[in-house]
Amino acid sequence: MLSLKLAFRNLIGAGLRTWLNVSVLSVAFVVMVFYNGMLDGWNRQAHDDTINWEVGGGQLWHPLYDPFDLLGLQEAHGVIENQAKKLIGQKQITPVLVTQGSIFPHGRMQNILLKGVQPEQEIIGLPTSNLVSHAGQEIPAMIGKRMALFTNLKKGDNVLVRWRDKNGTFDAREFNIVEIFNSNVPTVDNGQIYLPLNTLQEMTGMIDEATLFVAATNYTGGNFDEWQFKSPKYLLKEIDEIIKSKKAGSAVIYILLLSIALLAIFDTQVLSIFRRQREIGTYIAMGMTRSQVVRIFTVEGAAHSLLALGLAAIYGTPLLYLLQKNGIPISQTFDSLGVSIASKIIPVYAFAMIVLSILLVVVSATIVSYFPARKIARMKPTDALKGKIQ
Amino acid sequence: MTMKISIAIVLVFLLMAKAFGQDGTEILEKIDKNMSSTNRIFESSMTIHGKRNSRTITSRSWSEGVKKSFSEYLSPASEKGTKMLKLANQLWIYSPSSDRIIQISGHLLRQSVMGSDLSYEDMMDDRNLTEIYSAEITGKEVVEGCKTLILLLKAKVENVAYQSQKMWIDEERMIPLRQELYSKSGQLLKRMELSDVEKIQGRWFPKTILFKDLLKEGNGTEFKMTNIKFDQQIPETIFTKAALKQ
Repeated sequence: MLSLKLAFRNLIGAGLRTWLNVSVLSVAFVVMVFYNGMLDGWNRQAHDDTINWEVGGGQLWHPLYDPFDLLGLQEAHGVIENQAKKLIGQKQITPVLVTQGSIFPHGRMQNILLKGVQPEQEIIGLPTSNLVSHAGQEIPAMIGKRMALFTNLKKGDNVLVRWRDKNGTFDAREFNIVEIFNSNVPTVDNGQIYLPLNTLQEMTGMIDEATLFVAATNYTGGNFDEWQFKSPKYLLKEIDEIIKSKKAGSAVIYILLLSIALLAIFDTQVLSIFRRQREIGTYIAMGMTRSQVVRIFTVEGAAHSLLALGLAAIYGTPLLYLLQKNGIPISQTFDSLGVSIASKIIPVYAFAMIVLSILLVVVSATIVSYFPARKIARMKPTDALKGKIQ
Repeated sequence: MTMKISIAIVLVFLLMAKAFGQDGTEILEKIDKNMSSTNRIFESSMTIHGKRNSRTITSRSWSEGVKKSFSEYLSPASEKGTKMLKLANQLWIYSPSSDRIIQISGHLLRQSVMGSDLSYEDMMDDRNLTEIYSAEITGKEVVEGCKTLILLLKAKVENVAYQSQKMWIDEERMIPLRQELYSKSGQLLKRMELSDVEKIQGRWFPKTILFKDLLKEGNGTEFKMTNIKFDQQIPETIFTKAALKQ
């Protein structure tokens, strides 16, 4: 308690030098919490959106389905058997048929994926019910905002689509864009056209067949028949890896700030021990052991971190709260990278993350304070008392 | 009297339909005979007319029947040395830049050949027209100053890329001058214009074919054959994988 009292008295007495150290350390702490909070917020939003729009409670894939092998899609489909039909009836799964095609908006050819979905499904957030209300000659189709932008298509437009049936025979028809949906998940949008499942099955001759099933979030069954279950964790692996790499990248910024602050504390400690030799000698002369004196100086250095945390709390709390309330606007260039990201990220400040950040600041400040203080143990008390340079 | 006229008209139509039906198949056989040969060697240039510019690829090809063919690309520099070997339904490509032989199979066959309006599959389909289509004559027209019969081809097998085709057949020379390829629902997809018809070693042969994908912009792909020789002595070693790396 005495050492803490002394430490604070000395720190306050040091004036501007202390406050400069404390300010830099507090900025490092706030930046650390901000970055981690932003990435955690992004992670949570990306997970939630991807589950809501694409992954659901997992997916059941045909054995030949590989989302990265578009050329193999023609073989990756199987008959929806009784068990699957039962689960569809119970709204536990919804079938999706995927095949390749080409669209020709304004004479430009673009390869796309045709996805047949049940208009009545409620498992994923796609507004598939819009595919029902159409009553025209053309095939009702739905695209995302990115696809609409890329192809220059608007709601109500017709576009010619060419595809091959299960035998490889070409077919082409006009599709009518009945809905343009707005999703934060680019993987359900880019290069894809949604149409009613039955229509796609008829178009391709793949009657009663599907490429994959999307499971509801309460789905508990695993594999069945030939269909292989892929858990949300497996399907979200890519997002996790992106966030992980982003976290590593952002750590560089706050580690740099933290290093500057810690270096300043280290320098201050070295200077203190050099300039306050008489004080050290007096402490020992008054009966303090060397380790007690080392502790006083270590606590003094470490107290920078406590002051920094206090300062950070004063300006950081309202700042971080404001950012959480209003969200952080994100550049749309991220969107073009194919990463699920909303136009605004709401940071999430997890308790564990804040505690870990506090510990990191306090422990690192203590360590850098201890190393210069160790020199005190090697001092001769008489020389120290005389103020002789050792 | 009216009854007799009606019966006569119906009979005439029936006879015509029957005659056209027979003629259609016979014409297809004649086309197959004209367009195929025991073997052939030719040099060709393929000009891909894009939206902004055109590029030409030249090659030399050897083929035997419809099952075996070997091509070597001569220009431009980026394609020079690329070789292609087709044996029945298998296709290999040798790329000199990677010094590797790649087999093109499955759905890779549906990809465009060097950005042209032709797919590998278009080049690979070695079945005779009579094997995959039934034909009927639907009319007559003058194309490029030649009297032609319009032939409507309908697929009689399932595994065919184009469900139906329309062909304008030169009545005298029995070669197609124009060909239109349709989708299952009747959408016109591609058009081919065949020209520069010459009599080579006793057979009429169109030396230039303009392929046009009608769904996309661009002026199509022009395929010109020069220096064609039929029924030559081609060493068997040319149709081997070893020849690709030579």
